[in-house]
Amino acid sequence: MKTRKADPKGVLAGAHYLDGDFAIAEGALAAGCRFFAGYPITPSTETAERFAERIPFVGGVFIQMEDEIASITALIGAVWAGQKALTVTSGPGFSLMMENIGLACMQEVPLVIANVQRGGPSTGLPTLTGQQDMMQVRWGSHGDYRIIALSPDSPQECFDLAIHAFNLSELYRVPVFIMTDECVGHMHEKVVIPPADQIEIVERKWYTGPKDKYLPYKPDADQVPFMIKAGDGYRFHTTGLTHDERGYPVINAECQDWCVRHLCDKIDKNADKIIKFEEDQTAGAEVLVISYGITSRVSVKAVQDARRQGIKVGTLRLVTVWPFPEKRVRELAAQVKAIIVPELNLGQVIKEVERTTAGRTKVIGVPHCGGWVHDPNDILQAIKEAVK
Amino acid sequence: MSAEARNEAKNPIENFLRMDRIPHIWCSGCGIGTVVSSFADALSRSELDLDKTVIVSGIGCTGRVAGYVKLDSFHSTHGRAIPYATGLKLGNPELKVVVFSGDGDLFGIGGNHFIHAARRNMDLTIICVNNFNYAMTGGQVAATTPTLANLSTAPYGNFEYPFSLPYLADACGASYVARWTVLHMRQVTTSIMEALNHKGLSLVEVITPCVTLYARRNRLGDGLNLLKFYYENSEVRHGADTRTLDIGFQAKITCGKFIDRQKPTFLECMNQHLSKTLGGKYIPYGVKP
Repeated sequence: MKTRKADPKGVLAGAHYLDGDFAIAEGALAAGCRFFAGYPITPSTETAERFAERIPFVGGVFIQMEDEIASITALIGAVWAGQKALTVTSGPGFSLMMENIGLACMQEVPLVIANVQRGGPSTGLPTLTGQQDMMQVRWGSHGDYRIIALSPDSPQECFDLAIHAFNLSELYRVPVFIMTDECVGHMHEKVVIPPADQIEIVERKWYTGPKDKYLPYKPDADQVPFMIKAGDGYRFHTTGLTHDERGYPVINAECQDWCVRHLCDKIDKNADKIIKFEEDQTAGAEVLVISYGITSRVSVKAVQDARRQGIKVGTLRLVTVWPFPEKRVRELAAQVKAIIVPELNLGQVIKEVERTTAGRTKVIGVPHCGGWVHDPNDILQAIKEAVK
Repeated sequence: MSAEARNEAKNPIENFLRMDRIPHIWCSGCGIGTVVSSFADALSRSELDLDKTVIVSGIGCTGRVAGYVKLDSFHSTHGRAIPYATGLKLGNPELKVVVFSGDGDLFGIGGNHFIHAARRNMDLTIICVNNFNYAMTGGQVAATTPTLANLSTAPYGNFEYPFSLPYLADACGASYVARWTVLHMRQVTTSIMEALNHKGLSLVEVITPCVTLYARRNRLGDGLNLLKFYYENSEVRHGADTRTLDIGFQAKITCGKFIDRQKPTFLECMNQHLSKTLGGKYIPYGVKP
């Protein structure tokens, strides 16, 4: 892995009062992203607006495309041209992007997509929060593939994880998702942007060998193939069809097995390096609350109240939702009486908790359809039920 | 056995093809290969740096072109070749970006992208092989199917109005538009060369027989019959009013160069406008110092 310091041109160092949407744009600029293609959709539009306002002074391109399909596809082209690229959307636009998210996975194109989630299905609640796209981000495009999804819980983390998302995408040649929500997207808080020389940027894994030996889809030791860019004289080919190491289409079961397993292996086998979470007071805990994004902040109040009432509650906040921290959740499941999973949907990440823990402990959901955050008392009640 | 192994003179277009992927999948009598030959011919006669020339296709019979052409080549999703190409062009403005795809891909599922790329005068060379149907999937009716033509999803004949591609392109703001039938090989090559040298969005439409599906269902004979029919029933009217270019079933096909105008491209508009509005603080994009 090659890293370098951030280009100061994109880094607005200092303390700011920003909302999460703006912070994503600033994080992307700090990470070296100089290409944005997007389509306006509430509650994500502010990221596009911020990028459009800032990019003329940084040097790059903002283009408002005709729809979300065009936006994600333009990103793929721009990345092959050598750019780091960002788009941002919400539920309906996310649905439209699904086919070409699959193309980005298949062609192993590093890019970043932020989904500022709102209540669904369909047009749902354009201006109100939700966490209902957590399974869609994992499974939404057809076929078997893997992605990385992060969930920030504050504007500061929107900034930090935007940089992290770009770094992960470059490391693994994979689309990385910032799965935030309307609350965090529109929440104004202090965001500290460090100076450029304190920001580590992962460089694309450029191929440097002889031109006639280059194979765009030959996995390296870490499973990730080397990349080149259009215009460098390699005359390479890439396709959404099942392909061999040369990137040439091969339509049979054998190549399909090699190609699809590779897309999954490069994430699965590196999962321990990718996964990030935050734990609090899990040692000796009898109940564990697993949450992510805005719901983890609401859970804080419930957890504090429960601790005041003498219940030993630990928390696990998922920073990386996909890949899911199976190992740690399994370990904690062996220790606690119950795991509480509040989320702004009728049960999505809880399915992964149930699958991972496989009956080792009680798993109790605190479902919510979105539109507003949980009442912390509902989470507190679940914790109290668990220890009864 | 390759030409080299046979110790024969190489076909001059071999240099432009991925010979390790030949034979191609197209039916005999199909016109796509002929358009690829014209394209290769245009490339060989152009002064383009081929390392900086890239090709993007969508999905379908013509969508396979990118897989056979020895440039940096991108096979995208159905209908999305134009936004993919837009990303490449804006990602690195030094690239010459060619979109090579079919009528269904570019003007059916991908129509929205074409109209906006034309509106923006995005600097793309678009070559559209129009065979009047969705061929890869078995000859279904398309947005370009002439009224009354019979296809598998129009089994009693097409009763819809088809698009006239030059008229559409003109209305949307394309700055170079030409149409030929595939037997006009030299004219196709010339138009592709002009399109490659043109700054802004260019469209070259090539009317091509689909022998296996369109011709068979409509009892129009074999590939040669249809090639000749299209050629002999064409008339060349350069600069024709684009409102007069409809194609009826087995009717006259007007060919020629209809539009060739200069106007700033998307990137030129962006750089000019932002420089003017923001002054020295603006960092021009994609402009060599």
